[in-house]
Amino acid sequence: MNYQIAEQRVFNPGHAACPGCHVALAMRFVLNTLGPDTIAVVPPSCIAIIAGPQPLSSMRIPVYQTTLEASAASAAGIKRALVAKGNHHTNVVAIAGDGGTYDIGFQALSSAAERNEDIIYVCLDNEGYMNTGSQKSSATPSRAYTTSTPSGKPTPKKNVAEIMAAHNIPYMATATTGYPDDLARKVARARDMKGGLRFIVVLTPCLDGWGIADDDGPKTSRLAVESGIFPLYEVENGNRYTLNHGPEGAPLAGYLARQQRYGHLSPADVEFLQAEVDRNWERLQAKFGSATGAAIKGG
Amino acid sequence: MSAQRMLLSGNHAVSHAVRLARPSVIPVYPITPQTPILEQITEFLAKGEMAAEVMTMESEHSAMAAAITASLTGARVFTATASQGLLLMHEMLHWAAGARAPIVMANVNRTVGSPWGFWPDQTDSLAQRDVGWIQYYCENGQESHDTVLQAFRVAEQVLLPAMVIHEAFYVSHAMEAIRLVSQDQVDRYLPPFNPPHRLDPERPESIGNTVLQGMFQRHRRDMGQAMDGVLEIAARADRELAQLTGRGYGVVERYRCEGADFVIATMGSMAGTAREAVDELRREGASVGLLKVKLFRPFPVQGIRDALSGVPKVMVLDRNFAPGTGGVLFQELKAALYGARRAPEVHGYLAGVGGTSISPAAIKAMVDCALAEEPSACSVWKG
Ligand SMILES: Cc1ncc(C[n+]2csc(CCOP(=O)(O)OP(=O)(O)O)c2C)c(N)n1
Ligand code: SF4
Ligand SMILES: [Mg+2]
Repeated sequence: MNYQIAEQRVFNPGHAACPGCHVALAMRFVLNTLGPDTIAVVPPSCIAIIAGPQPLSSMRIPVYQTTLEASAASAAGIKRALVAKGNHHTNVVAIAGDGGTYDIGFQALSSAAERNEDIIYVCLDNEGYMNTGSQKSSATPSRAYTTSTPSGKPTPKKNVAEIMAAHNIPYMATATTGYPDDLARKVARARDMKGGLRFIVVLTPCLDGWGIADDDGPKTSRLAVESGIFPLYEVENGNRYTLNHGPEGAPLAGYLARQQRYGHLSPADVEFLQAEVDRNWERLQAKFGSATGAAIKGG
Repeated sequence: MSAQRMLLSGNHAVSHAVRLARPSVIPVYPITPQTPILEQITEFLAKGEMAAEVMTMESEHSAMAAAITASLTGARVFTATASQGLLLMHEMLHWAAGARAPIVMANVNRTVGSPWGFWPDQTDSLAQRDVGWIQYYCENGQESHDTVLQAFRVAEQVLLPAMVIHEAFYVSHAMEAIRLVSQDQVDRYLPPFNPPHRLDPERPESIGNTVLQGMFQRHRRDMGQAMDGVLEIAARADRELAQLTGRGYGVVERYRCEGADFVIATMGSMAGTAREAVDELRREGASVGLLKVKLFRPFPVQGIRDALSGVPKVMVLDRNFAPGTGGVLFQELKAALYGARRAPEVHGYLAGVGGTSISPAAIKAMVDCALAEEPSACSVWKG
């Protein structure tokens, strides 16, 4: 991997993330791509810890820390005030965890999408409430251990990507830190598009919550894509689907085996999860075929 | 420009004041009996009589969340709510005050469920007494109109949010001839909002990040100091508007209290009814007065002590109910008087809770009752 990012130093080192954290890595790609003419909204999450305690900040832009359920409404309020004052150029981005997005913040997000607010919303999805010690969220996948689902989560991960695409917003994309070029390109696209709600959900391995080694985030992230559990794609206006990186035949078992949160799985569980992944992929694949636009494998 | 006179409901009197104040962001969410305030505002916008970003939110919680950030970005912000909507905002009400966002919000007092009701009762806003908002209680539409303008002026000086409150139907829907403050007068009274700190990429500053204990305490002390300053600033804002319009209210109003040996204390529309009862009693030769508490947060302790010290008996009428402690004004007023020299005996009556109608005759009967009885430590139900 030879990733080059124009380091604008919007996001800076010296923050309090666990060494090897992919939430911090995603923040670096997202913020440095958005650039300094940006205001960020951050709800309680590991992102807020990484943003820093007063009077320190890892982000050299205005950061507004809001309540857990209010990110989208807070970001929209900033944007509308800027517009009222004649500023049409500043990016307003909400960067929230999966709990703050899929669960408690979903009502505000869905409404902001329905109103097509001119904001960028980035969900850094580490598949659980990590800041409070790794509890289940509705982004936690089937069978995964969390402290609130000690025998494994009985229900599947909520498909927030499809739900957001169904709001017919101008741009929805999935991304992950193991594909930094793809992630940065998507952020740049969202930034340059302007107008309307642009949503990116980024799978961000959490070392502690997933039970992976400090240096295993990149490989885990890539296997999520290669095994098909988290395909990378974009949807414009709710109907133009583009696949960027789909499954490459890697068995799901390999992805699961590197994570302690799946340590309790039986071979039957693994088979069950593989079937779930296959089913989801089949359903998604059909959308690339039947979309209004051509199914291009974008770079 | 001469003052325009219009037949308006209390709610529409608020809407006109908002139009004159020129807010630039207005998040909206409907709830009876507040809805006409925001409907009238969106109509002004549609007709081009005002210009603002209107945000049609999915909940009051989000309406307040957006109001806060818009204010912190430097916009003048107004919204309105009632009852369940105000309660849903509770977390964000604290947040707005802590973030020092000088939003002005109208709240129309309505019963809080369960069970459902739509009736005038001040429990909704009194339950928000500790959130750090300035609270004004208005007696009629004219007062609500004038108070919205005062609220913007005060809130933006101290950087604390302010609630302008009137009751369901008795005030919100009652039609009155309202004298509008002229645009010219309002523009002189309310300079453009220009806060010292704001969310601005040209001057990157963070708001709301985690702080340590000492910093948190300093922050609360700063808020307390700002709130304490409101008493004087609100009194001045009232006088300054009175200079323009000829109408002033004071932060507390003493009505016919000269030489009174009995004073009725209350808030909101009940003050109007009590005023009539006082007039009748005075005609009958009784020396009875009225103390109307207009500014409830900050609580005008000194003004209340000045008004009531030396009066033998005070009767507090509460159109609100806090189970376990009774009437909220009764508690607050007694606390303000505790330790004051020549403090009065205080009777606390729950009157009109749930929106029941209280007539001047009913208030006169309560006065008789209070004159005959020893005061109880707890609020007493009266109807
Ligand atoms: C209303 C409210 N309820 C609960 C909390 C406690 N809380 C803080 S962070 C958090 C978890 C957030 O999880 P997520 O959004 O996935 O972010 P992560 O910590 O995983 O980065 C919770 C539940 C809160 N701050 N506010
Ligand atoms: S707990 Fe997980 S998401 Fe949070 S800082 Fe550590 S590695 Fe990152
Ligand atoms: Mg999470």
